[in-house]
Amino acid sequence: MSDARSLTDIKRDLATGVRQMRARYPTSRSAIMPALELAQQKYGQVEGLTYQAVSELLDVPEIWVFEVASFYSLFDRSQTGRHHLRLCTNLSCMLRGSDALMQHLQNRLAIKSGETTSDGAFTLTDVECLGACEMAPVLMVDARYHGDLTTDKLDVLLASLAGQPTKEAT
Amino acid sequence: MSDLRKINIDGTEIEVDGAMTLIQACEEAGVEIPRFCYHERLTIAGNCRMCLVEVVGGPPKPAASCAMQVRDLRPGPEGQAPVVKTNSPMVKKAREGVMEFMLINHPLDCPICDQGGECDLQDQAMAYGLSGSRFKEAKRSVDDLDLGPLVATTMTRCISCTRCVRFTSEVAGITQMGQTGRGEDAEITSYLNQTLDSNMQGNIIDLCPVGALTSKPYAFTARPWELTKTETIDVMDALGSNIRVDTKGREVKRILPRNNDGVNEEWISDKTRFVWDGLRRQRLDRPYVRENGKLRPSNWGEALGKAAEAMKGKKVTGLIGDLVPVEAAYALKQLVTGLGGKVECRTDNVRLPLDNRAAYVGTASIEDIDNAKAIMLIGTDPRNESPVLNARIRTAWSNGANIGLIGQPVDLTYEYAHLGTDRAALDALLKGETAGALGKDTLVIVGQGALREADGLAVLAHAQKFAEMTESKLLVLHTAASRVGAMDIGAATLGGMEAALEGAEVIYNLGADEVEIDAGAFVIYQGSHGDRGAHRADIVLPGAAYTEENGLFVNTEGRPQLAMRAGFAPGEAKENWAILRALSAELDATLQFDSLAQLRSALVAEVPHLAKIDEVPVNEGEALELGKLGKAAFLTVIKDFYLTNPIARASELMAELSANVMARGNEKIAAE
Repeated sequence: MSDARSLTDIKRDLATGVRQMRARYPTSRSAIMPALELAQQKYGQVEGLTYQAVSELLDVPEIWVFEVASFYSLFDRSQTGRHHLRLCTNLSCMLRGSDALMQHLQNRLAIKSGETTSDGAFTLTDVECLGACEMAPVLMVDARYHGDLTTDKLDVLLASLAGQPTKEAT
Repeated sequence: MSDLRKINIDGTEIEVDGAMTLIQACEEAGVEIPRFCYHERLTIAGNCRMCLVEVVGGPPKPAASCAMQVRDLRPGPEGQAPVVKTNSPMVKKAREGVMEFMLINHPLDCPICDQGGECDLQDQAMAYGLSGSRFKEAKRSVDDLDLGPLVATTMTRCISCTRCVRFTSEVAGITQMGQTGRGEDAEITSYLNQTLDSNMQGNIIDLCPVGALTSKPYAFTARPWELTKTETIDVMDALGSNIRVDTKGREVKRILPRNNDGVNEEWISDKTRFVWDGLRRQRLDRPYVRENGKLRPSNWGEALGKAAEAMKGKKVTGLIGDLVPVEAAYALKQLVTGLGGKVECRTDNVRLPLDNRAAYVGTASIEDIDNAKAIMLIGTDPRNESPVLNARIRTAWSNGANIGLIGQPVDLTYEYAHLGTDRAALDALLKGETAGALGKDTLVIVGQGALREADGLAVLAHAQKFAEMTESKLLVLHTAASRVGAMDIGAATLGGMEAALEGAEVIYNLGADEVEIDAGAFVIYQGSHGDRGAHRADIVLPGAAYTEENGLFVNTEGRPQLAMRAGFAPGEAKENWAILRALSAELDATLQFDSLAQLRSALVAEVPHLAKIDEVPVNEGEALELGKLGKAAFLTVIKDFYLTNPIARASELMAELSANVMARGNEKIAAE
């Protein structure tokens, strides 16, 4: 996917959006995060050429872009499956049984956390607090939160997702 | 303007500027606060948390003193000064806690770490560290970076203070380093594992508070407590950076910067820091005389005798090289003019006017850069001519100064308005034709590249005129450490090199290795290294290098500074002034001093301002006449930053750095 895109393509795709983002902030460094988000929405991930494109569009050093991309776990820096499952493993979710959910997901999908299923349908990642403790344990599927989960609810959710061919729009 | 506030620190009430941070206020009060990430010359990061103090009446938690300003503190109910405690139980507990966190992932490999003995973490762990850790899990380990041939990395020791990131991006002006990842995975990295492309990168070794970044050339050669430390002056460029030379036995092991706010702050260039391996190679350690076309080893008696014989009754010209201290230049001038000969220090043909200090030094001091609203660079590439000065211009630029450049459009690490490359641009500037030309409070910096051609004096006069028109100051940026001192003692000939060399039968070459001497004249070379000068010589007299003799150097702003001897010269090499004194006795024209102290008194009697060490004299002089400008473009004078003098050319490391720069240049061309 990314192999086919050239730097020029990415810059052309992102130019308008990034310019609009830039206008919202006093300094161009602040616009790095929304610019990367635009890129992720468009391509499903961010990687080397994306950093370069964003850095050139905003006229900031590439390392600044990479710092932001590597800091936030919501940026996918490698190819993910069609659905990205992010399971919170922090305190509230843990107390409400996220360990068991993680075990269940790993068994059901036959992958470990951080891996993608062989059919390319799911990527599973354990993440830090998603800021939704009121509905712990919480799972983020692409851009949507699913809370108060149990293993049964997870099975229903997985079944419904398997039917969906592509990622939900963010 | 300044907003003075009272503050009570550990029971002592002092009055400080409200804009100060607590850590600075504490320093004023004489209380030292431990810190890792905070550094006076870098922006505030506030991420190490070591500098925690207790603010009484504030939030019931310790505050990071580096990130809180005095004016943000609330006074007491009856208007009492806010109280800060730095030694309360809360502070002690907080610092111990921070230290425990610091040590969680630190390898504690001090016995095999080069930082040992001068490590901030080691020192502060002595003060605040607990005897054990409650952390039982595995420590993290981090892959090392390859930053190039100068900086060795052991990133597992890194405590993520980000001083190196801030230095490289703020001062050195390269944005290659950053902190990536998050939490336990946070690492200091260089983007795409690039090696650092800066001639000031060595400073991150000093900045690193732990042993994550250490000096590669110095690695495992000495412990700091074994070294003899000598405070002296650098001669790699004309800035006169204050340095400390560390020696073990006779060998220079490393060179570090000393703080001098007026000169180099606390930075030095990589050439200054790493040139020391050049002091061990290619050294002239005994006299040589040429016999049947070949130099053969000789002894002092024979060499001096032959030199005297050659000079007697002949027309002698003395040339003064770039690294020569004022004393030696003075001794040479006395000797040669005593014989009716001429001396010249402007060996690179720069047209500096004699006896007009306001023109050949200028009227500005280096510190004036800090407050300049605009800086006009004429025919100079400060990044290569004086990297530390360039970093200072960069700081002025980040604080809002406008920079203009007339000359080659080089990468200076900051943005500038490029107003042209040739004399016509300078002319247009004076006529006010240049759009957006700089206003008042400008600093005009003229490089040697602008003054090398036949119209050099006219260029200097135009620069002076522009400075006058804009009510600004002028700084002539020299490239040779010896130049201003030699000009001060008048070691120059009206008409420059051409006039000095005209009809010369004997040339006494005192360390001038950048000069091509035509066949014909008899050449006596006195210097430290077997370089171009010795190659052309008929007699070679081995002299001390800059770390091996006491000497006076006057920097580019006209500040006299004393260099001190850190070690002895190798073999039979002697101090430069002493060689000239001995030769004068052979010539029956004995110089009137028997010691360096006597020489200095004679020198100071003639040129009084040289006695005012570390002071920049006010220079007055008549404005030069506006001559006719030529047409040529301004060229930069430094072709290869790392190989500008015989010591650097003898250094293997400088050769490697020079080759790396060239390879990088080729890569860039290939990429385009």
